[in-house]
Amino acid sequence: MALPPPDPQFVLRGTSAAVHTLHFSCGGPEPDIPLLFSGSENGFIHVWNLKTHRVDTTLDGHGRKSVYCVETMGAKDRLLSQGRDQRICLWDLAEGRTSVTDSVFTEHVGFCRCSLLKVAQGRWLMAMAARSLEEVQILELPSKTSVCTLKPEVGAKLGMPMCLKLWQPSCGSQPVLLAGYEDGSVVLWNVSMGKALSQLICHQEPVMSFDFDSEKAKGISGSSEKVLSIWSLNEQQNLQVYKTHELVNAGISDITIRPDKKILATAGWDHRIRIFGWKKLKPLAVLDYHTASVHCVSFSDHSDPRDRLLAAGSKDQRISVWSIYAQT
Amino acid sequence: ICFIPGGVDCSISFVSHVLGKVCAHGRQKEILGVLVPCLTDLTKSDCIWQRICWQLVERVPDRWMEAVVLGFVQRASGADVLSRLLGSVVVKSKKAEFVVTRKMLLLQYGHTTAVLQNLLGYLSLDSLRRTLLLRVLQELLETWSSSSAVKHSPAEQQLYISKAILICLSHLKEPEIENCRQELLTSMMEGVKCHLDSSLPQLRRLGMVVAESISLKINTEGPVLKFEYEEDDEIRELKSFLMHTPSFCAVPSLPDDDRSEKTGAALPLVPESDEESYTAAPMMPKEESHTELDSDDDFIPYDMSEDKELKIKAPVYIRDCIEVLTGSRSEDVDKWEATVKAIESLVRKNPAATREVSVELAKTLLLLEEKTYIEGFVELRQRAQVAVLTTDPIPVAKYLTSQFYSLNYSLRQRMDILDVLVLAAQELSCPKFHGKNKHSGAQKPCIQLLPGSDSSKDWRRIVDERIKSKTRRFDMVQSHAELASRPNEFNSVAGYFFFPLIQHFDRPLTTFDPLGEDHLVLGRLVHTLAILMYLAVNTVAVTAMGKELLEFVWALRFHTDSYVRQGLLSCVSSLLLSVPTERILADMTEELLETQSWLGDVMEKDPDGDCRRLALQNLLLMENLKKKLEAVPS
Repeated sequence: MALPPPDPQFVLRGTSAAVHTLHFSCGGPEPDIPLLFSGSENGFIHVWNLKTHRVDTTLDGHGRKSVYCVETMGAKDRLLSQGRDQRICLWDLAEGRTSVTDSVFTEHVGFCRCSLLKVAQGRWLMAMAARSLEEVQILELPSKTSVCTLKPEVGAKLGMPMCLKLWQPSCGSQPVLLAGYEDGSVVLWNVSMGKALSQLICHQEPVMSFDFDSEKAKGISGSSEKVLSIWSLNEQQNLQVYKTHELVNAGISDITIRPDKKILATAGWDHRIRIFGWKKLKPLAVLDYHTASVHCVSFSDHSDPRDRLLAAGSKDQRISVWSIYAQT
Repeated sequence: ICFIPGGVDCSISFVSHVLGKVCAHGRQKEILGVLVPCLTDLTKSDCIWQRICWQLVERVPDRWMEAVVLGFVQRASGADVLSRLLGSVVVKSKKAEFVVTRKMLLLQYGHTTAVLQNLLGYLSLDSLRRTLLLRVLQELLETWSSSSAVKHSPAEQQLYISKAILICLSHLKEPEIENCRQELLTSMMEGVKCHLDSSLPQLRRLGMVVAESISLKINTEGPVLKFEYEEDDEIRELKSFLMHTPSFCAVPSLPDDDRSEKTGAALPLVPESDEESYTAAPMMPKEESHTELDSDDDFIPYDMSEDKELKIKAPVYIRDCIEVLTGSRSEDVDKWEATVKAIESLVRKNPAATREVSVELAKTLLLLEEKTYIEGFVELRQRAQVAVLTTDPIPVAKYLTSQFYSLNYSLRQRMDILDVLVLAAQELSCPKFHGKNKHSGAQKPCIQLLPGSDSSKDWRRIVDERIKSKTRRFDMVQSHAELASRPNEFNSVAGYFFFPLIQHFDRPLTTFDPLGEDHLVLGRLVHTLAILMYLAVNTVAVTAMGKELLEFVWALRFHTDSYVRQGLLSCVSSLLLSVPTERILADMTEELLETQSWLGDVMEKDPDGDCRRLALQNLLLMENLKKKLEAVPS
C-alpha cells in the first residue's frame, strides 16, 4: 500500500512575483547558514535563510526585468545572475555587501540560461546565448574574453538555443557543451575547436530544459510536449536516444538530477513536480502543491545527505521546499 | 446511301447540294449517321478521300451550311477526325466560320463537353485555324469577364463558357500565351471580380476555378492564384480540361479513330499542389521497460493515483461566464476556452438564471471574437446564442432584430443574427427537429469566401419536400393522419422575430445598404423571412405576417440578384403553405391575383432555372388552393 506523497517541509512566501530560478548554497561548514537564492519576475533576487525561512537580502540589479538564472561561483558570496535586461551580473556578497562587481551585456533577448564551468582556480568558462539567433558564445570569466562562438552550419535551422550545459568529460580534458535548441534537437559541441560533434533530434517541440549525468554519459530532456527523452553519449561522442517516457500532462519547464545521481525532479506546466529514479526512470512521486505552472526545481548541495532538500519555484509566487528520499 | 468512288474528276457539288438540303430539312441524324462513320474510315488513310470530303462540305450552299457543319461537329468522334472531315472549311466559308466560332460557342450552350472538345481541338490543329482559336478565346473571355453577363445569363451557359475557356487554354502553346498574357491577365482580374460578387455559390466557384487556371497558365513560375473551395464533380471535371494534352494527329495514318477519345479518357492526374504535411522527424525507438523491477534502486514510490490529466474548470454560474467572456482578465485564456465550450449547456440547464441576464449574454456572444484558436468556435458560439434566444425569446429577439439594422456590425455578424433567429425559431416551433438538423461540423481552416448558406439549403430541401407532400395531400380527398401535435412555442414570439426584420429594409445606413451593395445580406434576409413564415404556421400572427410578406415581395420582385428572387419565391411558397386558405382568399385576393400573373412571367422569362422552378411550384400550390376551396362545399 503506497503512502500518499509527502507535504512540503516548508514553503517560502514573499517574492511577490513568479519565481523563475533557484539555487542552493548549503555546502559550507557548520556556522554558515544554508541559503537559497531565488530569482523572480519582478527583477529581484532574494537570498533566503533556510534556518529562519525568511529573506536575508534582496538584490536589485536587473532593472526590474525578470531574473531567470542564478548561480554561485564557488563560494556563496560570489553570485552570478542573468536577467531579461540582457545582462549577466556578477555580485560580491561577502560581509553583507550587495554590489554588482561586473556585468556582461549579452544582447540576448531569449530565456536561455547560461552555464558555468570551473576550469581552474578563479577561472571559469561561461556559455551563453549570444545576440545572433542560433549562436552560443563561450566567455572566460572573470576576464570576459571570448573563447569561441559556436555557430551551427548554414541552413541547419536549429532556432534559438534554449538550454546549455558545459562540462568536462574527464579532468583536464577539453570542455564540451551540450545545447538544446528550439527545433527539438540537442547538439554536442567541442568548445576548443568550435565544431559540432553530434546532433540528435529529441523532440518535436523546443527543448525546454535538460540535465546531463557525466558519469553515466546519459542525459534527459523535457519539452512542451508530453514526452521526456533520455539519451546517451557513446565513446565516439555520438548522441543516441536511449528511451522516452510519456507524461500525463504536457509541458516541462525544468529538469534536474540530484547530485548523487540517484533521482531526478521535473517541473511541470501542470503545476506538479515529478520525481523519478534516474537509473531506470521509474516514476517515484508526484508532488502536487502548487496552483500554477512550476518553473524551476533545484536540489540542495548539503554535505550531510540527510539534510538534502528539493526546492521548486512556481508562477504562484511560492517556493516549496521538500525533503524527499533523503535517507539513502 | 453509300457512295462508291467514281472517277477522280467528278464534280461533287451535286452531292453537296443534296446533303445540304437533307440536313437543313432536319434529317441530319439519318444521313450523317451513316455518312460520317463511312467518311471517317475512308479518309483515314486516303488523301484523295480527304479532299473529296472537304470539297463536299465546302460546296454546300451557305443557306444549308449551318446544318451540315453542326451535324458534323456533333457527330465526329474526335478533333482529329473532324479535322480530316471538314478540312479548313471554317477558313474558306464565312458562314462556317460564324457557326463554329460564334454560334456554337457564344449563342448556344446546349452542346456536350465532347462536342466542345472536338470543336476547339479542331481549331487548334491547323496553323491557319489557330488564329481563329485565339480569337475565340478572346471573345469567350470577354463574355466571361462581363459583369452583366455574369448577372443575367443562366448558370448553365456560364458553365458552358467556362468549360470552353478551359479547353482553349489547354490547347494554347507557350509563344501564344506570351503574346496575349496581358489580355489574359486583365480579363482574369475583371472576370474574377464579377464572379465573386455573385450571390450564387456555384457561380463563385466557377469564377475561382477559371481564374486559377488562367493564372496557372500565365505564371508558369512564381506564385499562382489559389482559392479555397469545396471540390465537387463539376469542378473536378473542369480542372481536368486544363490538364488535357492536345492530341496531335494531322497524319492520316492512325491506328484507330478514337485515339483522341483515349487521350481524353486517360487524363494525366491533376498534379494538385497538395501541401503534404512535412514528414515528422524520424521516430525514436522506444524501449518499453517500465515493468522491470529495479533491484538496486531502493526507492519506494509514493502513491500516484491522483496524478491525472489536468482539466481547467469552467465557471458554474452564468454571470461568471459573462465576466470571463468579456475578458476582464485577459491572461486566462484556458478559462476563456473552457467557458466557451461550456456555455451552451450551462444556459440550457439554468433557464431562470439565464433569463436574468439574457440580453447581456446575447450581446456578449454577438460580439465575441475568437481570442485563441478553438476548434468549431463559430458553431459553439452560434449554439450558445440559439440557446439564449430560445430560453428568453422576447427580449433577446428584440435585441437581435434591433442590432441587425444597427450601425457598426459587419455583414458576417448581420448574417449570423439571421442564422441564429432561424435556428431558434426552428427549435421553438418544433423541438424534435433540434437534434435532426445537422450543422456543418468542424470549422474549415481556410479563407472561406462567404461560407455557403448551409442552413438555408437544408431548409430549402425540407420546404420543398413539404411542398411536394402538401401538393399531393391537397389532391387527396381524405386528410392524412396529421403529425403528432404539440404546442407551438413559437406562437407567442413569432411576431417579435418577424416584424422588426421586415420593417426597416428600405432604410439604408452608412454601413449597411440592403437594397444596394449588400444584396447578399438582403438575399439571406429574404430567405430568413421565408423560413420564419413557414414556421409560423398555425400561429395567431400568421395572417398579418402573410400580408406584410406579400407586400414586401411585391416591392422587391424585380430585383436583379437571382439569389434574392429565389428567396422571394420561397417567401410566397411559405405564405401559401402557412396562412390558412380561408384567410388567404378572404384578405388577399387581389394581391394574390397580381402575384399569380407575376409568377407566370417569372416562370417563362426568368433567366435563372431555380427561379423558374420555384415559380412553377407556387403556381401549382395556388391551383391546389383554389381546387381545395372549390371542393369544400361553402
